[in-house]
Amino acid sequence: MSTKLAPRDQGVPDHTKLLHPGMARNYGKWAYHERIRPGVLLYVAESGDTLYTVRAGSPRTMSPETVRKICDIADRFCQGYLRFSMRTNVEFMVEKEEDVEPLIAAIKTELGFPIGGTGPSISNISHTQGWLHCNLPGTDAAGTVKALMDDLIDEFENERFPNRVKITTSCCQINCGRHADIGIIVQHHHAPRIDHKRMQICELPKVVAICPVAAIRPAVVDGNATVEVVDEKCMYCGACHGQCPSMEIRDADTDTLSIWVGGKGSNTRSGPSLMKLAVWGLPNNPPRWPEVSDAVRKILQAYKEGGKDWERVGEWIERIGWQRFFEKTGFPFTKYHIEDGPGAMWTYNRSTHVRI
Amino acid sequence: MADNTKGGSGPKKMKLNTPLLDELEKGPWPSFVTDLKAWSETKPQVGQLLNQLEESYENRWNYWTGTVLNVTGYGGGIIARLSDKADKYPDLAEFHTLRILPPAGFVYSTEKLRNLAEICERHGAGILQLHGLTGDILALGFSNDGSKAAAEDLMTNGWDLGGSGAALRSLQCCVGQARCEMACFDTMKTTRFLTNHYISVLHRPEFMYKFKIKVSGCGNDCANAMIGSDMPIIGTWRGPMQIDQAKVAEFIDEKGVEHVIDNVITRCPTRCISLRGKELVIDHEDCVRCMHCINVMHKALKPGKEKGVTICLGAKRTLKIGDTMSSVIVPFMPLETDEDFQNLTDLIDRMWEFWNDNGMDHERIGEFIARVGLGTFLEGVGLEPDPRMVATTRTSPYIKFEELAPGRLGGEQKQEPPVWQREPESTESSP
Repeated sequence: MSTKLAPRDQGVPDHTKLLHPGMARNYGKWAYHERIRPGVLLYVAESGDTLYTVRAGSPRTMSPETVRKICDIADRFCQGYLRFSMRTNVEFMVEKEEDVEPLIAAIKTELGFPIGGTGPSISNISHTQGWLHCNLPGTDAAGTVKALMDDLIDEFENERFPNRVKITTSCCQINCGRHADIGIIVQHHHAPRIDHKRMQICELPKVVAICPVAAIRPAVVDGNATVEVVDEKCMYCGACHGQCPSMEIRDADTDTLSIWVGGKGSNTRSGPSLMKLAVWGLPNNPPRWPEVSDAVRKILQAYKEGGKDWERVGEWIERIGWQRFFEKTGFPFTKYHIEDGPGAMWTYNRSTHVRI
Repeated sequence: MADNTKGGSGPKKMKLNTPLLDELEKGPWPSFVTDLKAWSETKPQVGQLLNQLEESYENRWNYWTGTVLNVTGYGGGIIARLSDKADKYPDLAEFHTLRILPPAGFVYSTEKLRNLAEICERHGAGILQLHGLTGDILALGFSNDGSKAAAEDLMTNGWDLGGSGAALRSLQCCVGQARCEMACFDTMKTTRFLTNHYISVLHRPEFMYKFKIKVSGCGNDCANAMIGSDMPIIGTWRGPMQIDQAKVAEFIDEKGVEHVIDNVITRCPTRCISLRGKELVIDHEDCVRCMHCINVMHKALKPGKEKGVTICLGAKRTLKIGDTMSSVIVPFMPLETDEDFQNLTDLIDRMWEFWNDNGMDHERIGEFIARVGLGTFLEGVGLEPDPRMVATTRTSPYIKFEELAPGRLGGEQKQEPPVWQREPESTESSP
């Protein structure tokens, strides 16, 4: 290897040199946009310039060969420029309407990517790394997403919901996938199993300090400094597992998946909201997790039938109430749906507003 | 440059044995399994990766251990992974991910993207993820040497590594003014400016814990900043929004009055819109810039002319104190001139200093504020309390009013040095 080091701290590449010419020409001077059909957006600039954007769903994880195929299409149709969306879609841009159809045909035949994810549809699923490459996961991510999107591809390619639906998946309780209209998370069901022989690889004071419920305390086992966990206090969150791999929280036999609904980051109407528990105890069932797909389908069906235009999943539930949500979806409401964390009482129905 | 993929001792080719993963080749959504299988012909270690993933599917278990690896001069950017099954899959023994800073707004020329693919392929498995939830380009599958060689090659070609650990993380923004009429400021410029201004803190973890900044051009928040970052910067405006009454009338003629009532008038969170004939009357004093009406009638309505940003602080997911959501810290500031950007970095510097001086290990800024209180935080960073920072005023009457407490008590509390740092007073019974 060369001993001369490359320049450090260069920062991000200069985006002004990477903009599609239509973007560069009209930067900051756009007039309006329209969705002319699912997956195709038309941006019109004050100058009258048009920029058609075709959004294609990618699998996120791609070989260099696939990335080159994407580039080939962008070279042929898009003057050699393209963009990726927040939810791992590829966006191809053309300035003339007559280029849209041939572009779509090329994307479909050469890449096999579906076109959609715009407006009131289900966009691509934001997901985490999973068994493919994470050190903490209780399940996979790319595979779960592939299975789920196979099932939901119709809803990616059409705009048939009251408003957009964002879905995330996370493969442990750290929940890197974040809040969304529908979020899927792994849950653990026992305290961490401590490998006392491998605790010397961990910083014990940090392990003790990271526990949110102070369930971890110092201990000595076989003459070695280690920790112990007070099972009654432990809530199986796995914070310690992230800090110390010898505190194994996962269990192939007992880990389950749960589905959460009504998260929203956008400030529109009701403002941002956190997602709340809908269904728990679904099996972690590779390779296609059919129970998860079924449950997501039920939620989507009820939302599609009952939501008013522009209502996101959380706003729809807020209006119809959780009682109706459980009636419409058929999921059981259990004592585990009732909050017991900090501020739990703020989540109770503190009024006589009851649908009878 | 080291090339660890060719030559006599190259990666070992193995027969693929993936009946469960094969199930993921079925169905209409593009399959990463199909793609990686084909890629394993070129990069045999990808075949080993698929075989290990198959074992994960079979046993519902994970086989990666995390570790630490850095390139010279950097304290982050490589997510190092060692396979627990290295005996069986020798080329997964070191199989790391590089986080690479993407261009702001994820815009690329094919030349740049091909360059990225070529470099990543040259030094390892080169699997690309565009993009990770951290906002980085992720490149998977490099050995220790391969990671370092890839990093040098990338940096020689104008790329740079992203953030990891207790550092400023790679920033992320929406497409902004490059393609959106709603963007109230230049999100890409802001993202690039902040990344490059703070590049040292991004590469060298020196915080209590991670710090994420995400940038959205308007309240629609396409960058998922409000729930996904410690510091969302969200576009907004001061004064009235722009209304084109002719376009309003056109919209009503096209969609009908009922549509406007059901989807615009009644959906306004502050009920500040009313309809007079075919004219929309907005009480601008009450508009909270939620963007809903503009989303519905985007030809007729536009953000106001005096644009700027609202800055919030504190979002993260559940671990450890429960979910925190960002809340307002600067209700409005312009972000256009050099002086505006200087004001922004001054504020960020003060917030980081107060948080890192007083925060606990592994404590995000939102958790810190939850612990010390927003009032204390504002005092610490030199910001005036503003009613726009709260949803309501407090409900608990137990308050330590500094002005109203007896002088003795107030004086005692403010004495320097604090009680716990003073020399213990000697007592009569001391020897």
